[in-house]
Amino acid sequence: MNDVLDVVLRLVIVFAVFMVLPLVVGQTEHKVMAHMQGRLGPMYAGGFHGWAQLVADGVKFAQKEDIVPANADRRIFQLAPAVALLPYLLVLVAIPIGPSEGAVGQVVDAGIFFVLAVMGVGVLGSLMAGWASANKFSLLGGLRTAAQLLAYELPMLLAAASVAMAAGTVSLPGILNAFEWWWLPWQIVGAIVFFVAGLAELQRPPFDMPVADSEIIFGAYTEYTGLRFALFLLAEYAGIVVLCGLTTVLFLGGWHGPWGADGLGWVWTLLKTAILAFGIIWLRVTYPRLREDQLQKLAWTVLIPLALAQIALTGIVKVAIQ
Amino acid sequence: MSHLAAAAGQGFLSPTGVEIAFLLVGIATLGAAVVTVTTKQLVHAALWLVVALGGLAVEYLLLTAEFIAWVQVLIYVGSVVVLLLFGLMLTRAPIGRSPDADSGNRWAALTVAVAAAAALVWVVVDAFRTTWIDLDGPVQGSTKVSGEILFQHWVLPFEALSVLLLAALVGAIVLSRKSDSDSAKDKEQR
Repeated sequence: MNDVLDVVLRLVIVFAVFMVLPLVVGQTEHKVMAHMQGRLGPMYAGGFHGWAQLVADGVKFAQKEDIVPANADRRIFQLAPAVALLPYLLVLVAIPIGPSEGAVGQVVDAGIFFVLAVMGVGVLGSLMAGWASANKFSLLGGLRTAAQLLAYELPMLLAAASVAMAAGTVSLPGILNAFEWWWLPWQIVGAIVFFVAGLAELQRPPFDMPVADSEIIFGAYTEYTGLRFALFLLAEYAGIVVLCGLTTVLFLGGWHGPWGADGLGWVWTLLKTAILAFGIIWLRVTYPRLREDQLQKLAWTVLIPLALAQIALTGIVKVAIQ
Repeated sequence: MSHLAAAAGQGFLSPTGVEIAFLLVGIATLGAAVVTVTTKQLVHAALWLVVALGGLAVEYLLLTAEFIAWVQVLIYVGSVVVLLLFGLMLTRAPIGRSPDADSGNRWAALTVAVAAAAALVWVVVDAFRTTWIDLDGPVQGSTKVSGEILFQHWVLPFEALSVLLLAALVGAIVLSRKSDSDSAKDKEQR
């Protein structure tokens, strides 16, 4: 009975994190963008600093009518937001936030493979939405999504493989246990490749070609309204949380910190994740969108060679220090 | 997952929870696979393939082969199906039924499929009829055990396979490139 309680408790906590952190990132994005771009809109709702903007958005989404286009493939159209969102919930289960046994939802033996595999499934949701909407802008968005995923999956995997080589394990807590501070400069190229490729997989600016509003309206999500649309947005923010958490765990040492790793490990994890998430928002308001051919070129001619070089470097250093 | 333990008196008539789950997932996987090849809606076929491949991954998990299960999801669901859908989006695959989504070779295909399935089932049953997974030792199929077996006992076949795959890769690039005269014309037009 104790085991069952333990499992239920862990799942409830992971679910709560899944519900709260993406919304926090969303709220932060509202505020940071408002400050950086001098936007006044998000600063009104609720009075002080527009704190109720996110609540207002939620109410707005819930009120909207749920429309399925007449020619759309109904069931796939309706299923797509769930397929896009649920994988991120599953990934969160495996990310450790602290040093103790209790600080991870479930220790997965092949953790890196698990998180990358399940994250890849989420893109199926965008493809399903793009095809099932019976809309040419959606179809173009779906095509771009698929092309982008195929290009950026490889550098992401290679960068993660480099860390796994360095640690000698593919389990996420195992990698953190093996972490030393000098891995930071050693794996910095891999970290950048991983983060950039992850950003592209999330279709965040400057890699938001699949949802380029000036060209194809909103890509695969053009026909969506109300809560289903909100679920896609939530998937994007959940993706940010997962990507930042993974980068933190794989490359930035997770719960390791200059001091206080024993009791305050989870604070370090959350702090690093938050800083990375802020960086993602900052990138969005700073850089223009990459063109489709530039996107592909960046992946195949820059990121993949860099990732391979990082793997070679990791191998050499690993052999040298043994 | 801990009920598959190797006991001397394992029988087929008193199935454990894991065995029942294995069977049910297997039936669902088979059903999804059958729908994949019989549905007239092309994109639905690709999506049913996701269900079938995912079901296979669950079966691997139930057999304690965790590493293989995640690789299955990563490669097949994450990449192969995405590639398939990408290809389908470039075609005219309509929403609804494709009237011409049928083949005159269906009986030949069915024969080959049944023969292949029968051969595989026979070989697997013959080889592993009395084998039970021992859960007391290091977990079979975990990353560590798989890696050790692969790179100690099977390293030569592994390398041979990787060379074969490399050859196929190079072959695909060569085949998909246009001949020199074509590409020269192409450049002039640009």
